[in-house]
Amino acid sequence: MKKFSYLLHNLILTPSRNTKIKLLQDYFKILDINRSYALSILSDQLSFQFIKASKLRELVYEQVDQHLFDYSYDYVGDLAETISLIWPTKKEGKSQNLSTLIENIKKIKKSEINIEFNKILNELSNNERWTLIKICTGGLRIGVSERLVKTALADLYNKSVNEIEEIWHGLEFPYENLFQWLKNETSKPKIDFKKLFHPMMLANPIDEEKDFKRLDANEFQAEYKWDGIRVQLMVSSKSVSLYSRTGDNISSAFPEIIETTKGDAVIDGELLVGRNFKPSGFNDLQQRLNRKKASKDLQNKFPVFIRAYDILFYKGKDLRKLSLFERRNYLEKFQKENKTNQIDLSSIINFSTWEELTKYKNNIHDDLNEGVMIKLKNSEYLPGRKKGYWYKWKKNPKLVDAILMYAQRGHGKRSSYYSDFTFGVWNESELVPIGKAYSGYTDKELLVLDKFIRNNTINKFGPVREVKKEIILEVAFDDVFPSTRHKSGVAMRFPRIHRIRWDKPVNEVLTISEFKKEFKLS
Amino acid sequence: MDFINHQLFIKDINVHIDPILPKKTAIITHGHADHARFGHDHVIATRQTIDIMKIRYGDKCAKKFTPLRYGQKYSIKNYDFTLHPAGHILGSAQVLIEKNNHRLVITGDYKVGKDETCKNFKLVKCDTLITEATFGLPIFQHPDPKDEIQKLIRSVKINKNNCHIVGAYALGKAQRVMNLLRQQKYNETIYIHGSLEKLCQYYSKEKINIGKFEKVSSKDKNFYEGKIIIAPPSALKDRWSRRFPNPIICMASGWMTVKQRAKQQGIELPLVISDHSDWNELLDTIKKSNAKNILITHGQEDALVYYCKKQNLISKPLSIQGRSDEEIE
Repeated sequence: MKKFSYLLHNLILTPSRNTKIKLLQDYFKILDINRSYALSILSDQLSFQFIKASKLRELVYEQVDQHLFDYSYDYVGDLAETISLIWPTKKEGKSQNLSTLIENIKKIKKSEINIEFNKILNELSNNERWTLIKICTGGLRIGVSERLVKTALADLYNKSVNEIEEIWHGLEFPYENLFQWLKNETSKPKIDFKKLFHPMMLANPIDEEKDFKRLDANEFQAEYKWDGIRVQLMVSSKSVSLYSRTGDNISSAFPEIIETTKGDAVIDGELLVGRNFKPSGFNDLQQRLNRKKASKDLQNKFPVFIRAYDILFYKGKDLRKLSLFERRNYLEKFQKENKTNQIDLSSIINFSTWEELTKYKNNIHDDLNEGVMIKLKNSEYLPGRKKGYWYKWKKNPKLVDAILMYAQRGHGKRSSYYSDFTFGVWNESELVPIGKAYSGYTDKELLVLDKFIRNNTINKFGPVREVKKEIILEVAFDDVFPSTRHKSGVAMRFPRIHRIRWDKPVNEVLTISEFKKEFKLS
Repeated sequence: MDFINHQLFIKDINVHIDPILPKKTAIITHGHADHARFGHDHVIATRQTIDIMKIRYGDKCAKKFTPLRYGQKYSIKNYDFTLHPAGHILGSAQVLIEKNNHRLVITGDYKVGKDETCKNFKLVKCDTLITEATFGLPIFQHPDPKDEIQKLIRSVKINKNNCHIVGAYALGKAQRVMNLLRQQKYNETIYIHGSLEKLCQYYSKEKINIGKFEKVSSKDKNFYEGKIIIAPPSALKDRWSRRFPNPIICMASGWMTVKQRAKQQGIELPLVISDHSDWNELLDTIKKSNAKNILITHGQEDALVYYCKKQNLISKPLSIQGRSDEEIE
């Protein structure tokens, strides 16, 4: 555990990619039993059933005054680090093996969790405690991607990282077959690819100025960027399953898809809500998300369908090395053979120049698509966000000027800065908050805002500072919906700070009713 | 206690403690720039603090200087002033003000732990305590500085082809790091950024053991492989630091407790070495001072105010201009 937590400590503080790779390799070289655990942690695959953030808070409140903890957490901006530092017992026991420790934690009964986990936290050093809590809360955020871990392993054993990538999703803890193959003791692990979730091909944002000059419009095709959630549908004679973009199995939430789909293929597409293939918007889709099950009533009110745009396997045949153009033929074939009311195809926009495509993009006036996707016609299906194949071109965001009202310190890399901003518009002579944003600004703007907030606080509510109503933020957002949960009656989708409006006086900011009118909410 | 206001100003006799702007009479707790400023008529401080002010701002940085030994009384009307060791940096002092049997202590910046580069902190009993709170959160529990300096020494041994640049405040922290290295038997020459030279020379003259040091010069790039270089934090991000071979960027500061802070500043080897009291030392000092009235000057005051109120001590924050939050040490 000592070695592993030291590794994480160094990884978080090392800016250089090469040094990170070397640190990882040194670790994987030396250790034998523990490296399997390390690999599952570094690829975010290990978690404990009973010990999540809320349980950890409960444990720390037993040890430390709640207010003092909250002040500290607000300052540090990272739960694991705050708990590890504030933990009062400093008698380090003898260091345990990473593997032993994890197995011991897995064995703890739910009824004894408080006592047993407390004991474990007591016996660790600050750094080990930090590591363990990071493991529990998941998402290490130490600046090491899964890809980097694979690269380190590949380089260490003279394999190509793509070979590891290919079999990765078929591997399971403790990865014995992987390590044996890496050491050339066995051949490459055999994986049944049809049953696996395949990492999705992702798009990069297009740079209008550079890319359109560089790229030949004739080599590309375009589609609308439908505003739903990305899914992978896996269908065979035996079973149908649906996966989210991150590889979570979400089949149980969308029974109408699972029950009706036929054929033998792996399909890539967008899940949308709507009747007769007419999407009704993201707000409706939201009623179906983050649920484990969907009642008949919900299925009737908000029926879902998949707008397919790619196919990875057809009747057991791996199509990923074929061109997009060829895959499209297979996709159309699949759809003809297996017609249902739950799958249609994303149509292709024909264009021969970028100017022509620009017209299509500028003509999007509804909220059903977020812009257009631009895809190289002869691109293979490549996992991850590879450059040069798929691009997304978002329509221009909506903009509104609003007044900065409250600020809070950020988390992670923005911790200590006041970087979470609540802004509002007028309601009579008062301000009513319409949203909260913690991105979009430049580093320089963040410093200016942080300084303004520190010098112009008029009230403190725990970690939240109320500031003088002087700063106008131009807020960009994708969409806005009516909401019963917010005082203002509106909820924004993905608001971010576009710029600071130094030029505008606060009394020229819209009222809430003007705002609703402008964005067609009333 | 009502004789002093939240700006640490005693109107009755026109005396300020650590004023930011030029004033008639200024009692200065120590030489850091957020406490000692240029341009007062009359400066009252320890001899070393006055020396340091002269080194930094020139001999004419005040019209008149009155050096005080620790414990030596200085009276204006019915106010008696004495200075007591604060253990922060060389020459640092707490100010005890006695008036009509009321004892008020302004700690200035202080630390309770041992330090060979200055006289160690002395607890002064009082009725009102005005304390700093730079590290006023329970997450700050400073480790033994010897262990921290060992981290540096170990890293120098392992990474023979790198040079280690240690960010440390030019006054106090830099010399403490040097002294700690000497205590741990690191006997090589320590290389310093030019801005540290005069202060290092002064510490040597005051018989503080900081060992052999030399200003960084435009030597062959590889000369600095395996060496320790000390520089002010501002120089770490500057082009200045790029001239060295594979530098490992270190920082000696209490803020280094928090990994996220170290990461934000691009620090690869954080050394938690602080010249301020940590949370437990702040609480301990408050308790042992016997003061019933606690005022908190600068730093993370919210948590400390909350704590004092819970102990039934009268407590409130004083927000002093020019000393907001985190930049200070």
